[in-house]
Amino acid sequence: MKRPANPVTVLSAGVVVAAVVVAVGAGWLVPYGINDVDVPQALRPPSGAHWFGTDELGRDVLSRVLTGLQASMTVAVVSVVCAAVVGTALGVTAGYRGGWLDTVVMRVVDVMFAFPVLLLAMAIVAVLGPGLGTTIAAISIVYVPIFARVARASTLAVREEPYVAVSRTLGTGTAYIVARHVLPNITGPLIVQTSLSLAFAILSEAALSFLGLGIQPPQPSLGRMIFDSQGFVTLAWWMPVFPGVAIVVIVLACNLLGDGLRDVLDPKQRTMIEARRRS
Amino acid sequence: MTILRFLARRLLYSLVVLVGVLILVFALAHLVPGDPVRIALGTRYTPEAYDALRHASGLDRPLPAQFVSYLGHAATGNLGVSFRNGDPVAQVLAERLPATVSLAVVGIVLALVVALPAGIYAASHEGRLSDLIVRVTSQFGVSIPDFWLGILLISLFSTTLGWLPTSGYRPLFDDPAGWLRHVILPGLTVGLVAAAIMTRYVRSAVLEVSAMGYVRTARSKGLPPRVVTLRHVVRNALVPILTITGIQLATILGGVIVVEVVFAWPGLGRLVYLSVAARDYPVIQGAVLLIAVLFLAVNLVVDVLYALVDPRIRLS
Repeated sequence: MKRPANPVTVLSAGVVVAAVVVAVGAGWLVPYGINDVDVPQALRPPSGAHWFGTDELGRDVLSRVLTGLQASMTVAVVSVVCAAVVGTALGVTAGYRGGWLDTVVMRVVDVMFAFPVLLLAMAIVAVLGPGLGTTIAAISIVYVPIFARVARASTLAVREEPYVAVSRTLGTGTAYIVARHVLPNITGPLIVQTSLSLAFAILSEAALSFLGLGIQPPQPSLGRMIFDSQGFVTLAWWMPVFPGVAIVVIVLACNLLGDGLRDVLDPKQRTMIEARRRS
Repeated sequence: MTILRFLARRLLYSLVVLVGVLILVFALAHLVPGDPVRIALGTRYTPEAYDALRHASGLDRPLPAQFVSYLGHAATGNLGVSFRNGDPVAQVLAERLPATVSLAVVGIVLALVVALPAGIYAASHEGRLSDLIVRVTSQFGVSIPDFWLGILLISLFSTTLGWLPTSGYRPLFDDPAGWLRHVILPGLTVGLVAAAIMTRYVRSAVLEVSAMGYVRTARSKGLPPRVVTLRHVVRNALVPILTITGIQLATILGGVIVVEVVFAWPGLGRLVYLSVAARDYPVIQGAVLLIAVLFLAVNLVVDVLYALVDPRIRLS
């Protein structure tokens, strides 16, 4: 029987899609140039001309928030996709092959888990130097172990399924079994992890940019806009509030979407929830 | 006997991970583009000074030999000297550690004070409006950037109301009242974000235990709901709650970088931030190593406590 869609999940998916559309179309949507300095208009509150007000140099905050959102989404999507591809490849190989390869990959993953996410990302930026490419590389590397663990755990379960054993007995090649039987059956947990990782990647990018180690000026980023607003919080509340709200809305949407997808795509958890509701 | 075997296995596992951590931290300095000796010398560069420092720091030796000597030095607490001011890295780290530990402890205590009642209440009212409010609030808390929350708290409690200092630090044992005034806002920032994460875990841990047969039996015996919740549910849910508390404490110890920067809190996180800006690699290496070791140690302690509390863990 088809389950009715959870309205919160549908709404979250709508917000994520809207954020992607805004990110893609930011170049056309911005009402002003992101670096158009207009000092006489500095620190103006939200108005018809400047919906999100202006900053200390008279730049339009809305234009900068939209462009910052584009940068955040680009970093988050590219780095999570890279992490998902590399992590899944490692996790599936380790889980399916087993033996020493599994041990080595999982110990490397354990070592990487011993470093807090932001610290590891900062150490990578310290080595490679700040910038957009480095931020993407740092966040990708940091999130590889999470995908490797999820992919390995799911592969271990699928590997023991009768249809995989039958396929192996028939002499089917490993690559074909992985592509045809393993990968399609582990996509659920991976999609859930992708959505949750997107949320954390946006937060990580914002934190790195806040510290001056992420996206570099004059390119606006939401984290750096909040950093720059610190001296003007009492004079111009709109300077920290709008970039912060943009981060919270998109991260909240990704988190709620991840939770909703987990209910739909992770049958074990769904069964447990339904069993509990019935009891 | 079983517990000893469990401890030995868990300790061995931590050692293996520690060796991996050491390799990664050692590699960090060797992955830096450019020559670290030239970076260290800066404007004081002369060919003679370059050769002397290169020899003194052992960088003219083969990599495996360098790693072995790095291990030896690390084991004796010799983590090199800071490029910036020549201070021993171990001493710099020792000076910064108390500030980070005190902030992390305040943060985790505040998180527990909020998360335990909120999670238990939400679980015991599952599906009702109050449960929904707690869940939405905790999701909201998880989605807030900690540095943004910190700035908003400063603007409200320091700049607008003038109740608390905007930033800074006083050592706990020199000036307890000053320490308390300075730790409240950064502690709240760290604690509220951690509370949001922990509330979700407390709620699901309590719900999981509530579905157990013995809880149903206790209810069907006619025990009042409060007694069932406190005596049968919460007591058994404490094991997973202990785990998430440990993980959160370890995460806070290494993850308070941005909060320390916002509040000018002189801990390990702010040290890493300043050292990255100054490209002070020995200090970055030392701080990263210390934080990773703290993370491993807290996880080890949690696992051991877990095994002591729940015999099923050490028997599995």
